[in-house]
This record gives sequence, C-alpha cells and structure tokens, in this order.
Amino acid sequence: MKRLLIWAPLALFALVFALVAGGLIKPADRKIHSAMVGKPVPALAMKPLLATKPGIDSAALKGKPRLLNVFASWCIPCIAEAPQLLKLKQAGVEIDAIAIRDTPEAVQAFLARNGDPYARIGDDPTGKAQIALGSSGVPETFLIDDQGRIIDQHIGDIRADDIPAILAKLEAAK
Amino acid sequence: MRRLAILVALLAASPALADSNRPAAPLAYSQLPDAKQEAQAKALMETLRCLVCQGQSIADSDAEMAGDMRALVRERIAKGEQPAAIRSYLVQRYGDYVTYDPPLSWVTAPLWIAPLLLLAIGLLLARRLFRKGGA
Repeated sequence: MKRLLIWAPLALFALVFALVAGGLIKPADRKIHSAMVGKPVPALAMKPLLATKPGIDSAALKGKPRLLNVFASWCIPCIAEAPQLLKLKQAGVEIDAIAIRDTPEAVQAFLARNGDPYARIGDDPTGKAQIALGSSGVPETFLIDDQGRIIDQHIGDIRADDIPAILAKLEAAK
Repeated sequence: MRRLAILVALLAASPALADSNRPAAPLAYSQLPDAKQEAQAKALMETLRCLVCQGQSIADSDAEMAGDMRALVRERIAKGEQPAAIRSYLVQRYGDYVTYDPPLSWVTAPLWIAPLLLLAIGLLLARRLFRKGGA
C-alpha cells in the first residue's frame, strides 16, 4: 500500500499537467451555440424592413434549403461577410435575413455599398427574433432544410473557406 | 499639405462602434409600473446570463443584447407569465448556459456530490488518525 502511495503525488502531477496541456492545445469553445439546432424554426413574423423586399414569416421558410442570416448594418464583420454571401447567392442559395436593431436607411446604404444577397429582410427592432432563434450576436447564419428545420448554425462571419461546407450541408438537406 | 490632410483626417475619424444607433427597447431601462411584477422581473434578471458579456447578469449589463433580454423578461412578466416559464424559454434557446441557476442533471451533479464526497473522505481520514492517536 505504502509503496503504491509513493506514486500518488506524481500521478496527481501528471493529471494536472494533462489538464493544463489539454487546455493549451485545445482551448475551450467560448461560442454560445443555439439549442435550436435540430428543431424547426420558431414561429417568427417580422415586418419587412425595406419597402422593396418582403419580411419574414417562418411558416414560409420551407420548400428548399436556405440560409437565414442574422446581420446588422452597424456590424463590422458583416461587411467582411457580404462578398461571401454574394458568392453563395450566385451558387443558387436563397438567403433570407434578419436585421437586428436597424433602420431602413442604414440597411439601404449598407446593401448599396456591400451588395445585396437577400431575398427577404425581416425587421427585428428589439432583438426578439434573434433571441427566439438562440442567436447571441451578429453575424450568425442558420442553415435551414426544406422542411423548415434548423440544421446548423454558423457563428461569426462566413469566410471563403467555409463556403464548400455550407453548400454541401445545404445540398444534403434537400 | 498632404501630411496635414492626413492629420486632419485622423483627428476627425470616429471609432467604429459595434453598436446600433437605435434607441433601446422600451422596457430595457424602465421599470414596470407594478412594483410586485418589477420585483419578480428583477429577481429573474439577476439569474440570467448576459450572453455578450458572459460574466454578468442581464440586470448588471449595459450591452444592447442584455437590454433586449430585460425588455423580453419585463414584457412577459407584465403579461402574467411565470418567471420559471421565461427561464425555460431562454434555456430552450441557449441551453443551461443562460441561467445562473442550473438545473440538477448528471453534468451538474458533481457540484453537489463532490463536496459531500470530500467531506466523507475527510471524516474517514480523521477517524483513522484519531484512532491511531488513541492507541
């Protein structure tokens, strides 16, 4: 017993070392993932933000896989994301958007400057739709299958190297 | 001249703020007229995590999203919804992470069980030591 006990401090040290090394090699995931992934899109009825585009009625988000992009004209990574969304649109993806705490004038200017990939834009003046989706920031993008179910959530801006995976997931959701 | 122009441009530049320029939701910064309901809302807000700041409750935080969440809590309380129902609405969306009062599950069980376990080990150790001392 005593001979075994002699190794206890070393074992304890190895344990702590492994814990610290593990944390260094693979830092904790601080993103807040929506618990709505895998569930149907919650009931949302958002007025159109712009006169030229329809708003968002979650019951209508069916029929084919699509993206639901949570964005804002005041969000800086959203500017970086805009060209990638345009590429996705060119690849034939339907992209709907929720504009968080935004104004028609600001969004109009944002789209004029960065391009307009959106089929619909819903107005979310007090973040209600954002909370209903379990989204905690901008930009975030929800992948929705043809049945209106959320299949994935992309947190942060979509980069060029994220596009193949997104297209593959949407293709698989048909 | 060019240097001066650059200097003027730098001085005139404003920081890029990651905040909207819209006013906060009506109930983000104003209390409910009914004191009892406001107390209920306040108690709930103190146990909900601000998802943007992560270390603060939504009652403490000045982030826009915390304001939206306060407005949501107050609106629902004013409509007569129970605090537990509002909490579970948010947990359904953000997971247990959003509440500072996590439910007992096999993930959180060690929080309660570990102290008891350590206490038991301590008692065992103490008993052995005292017995040796007595003998």
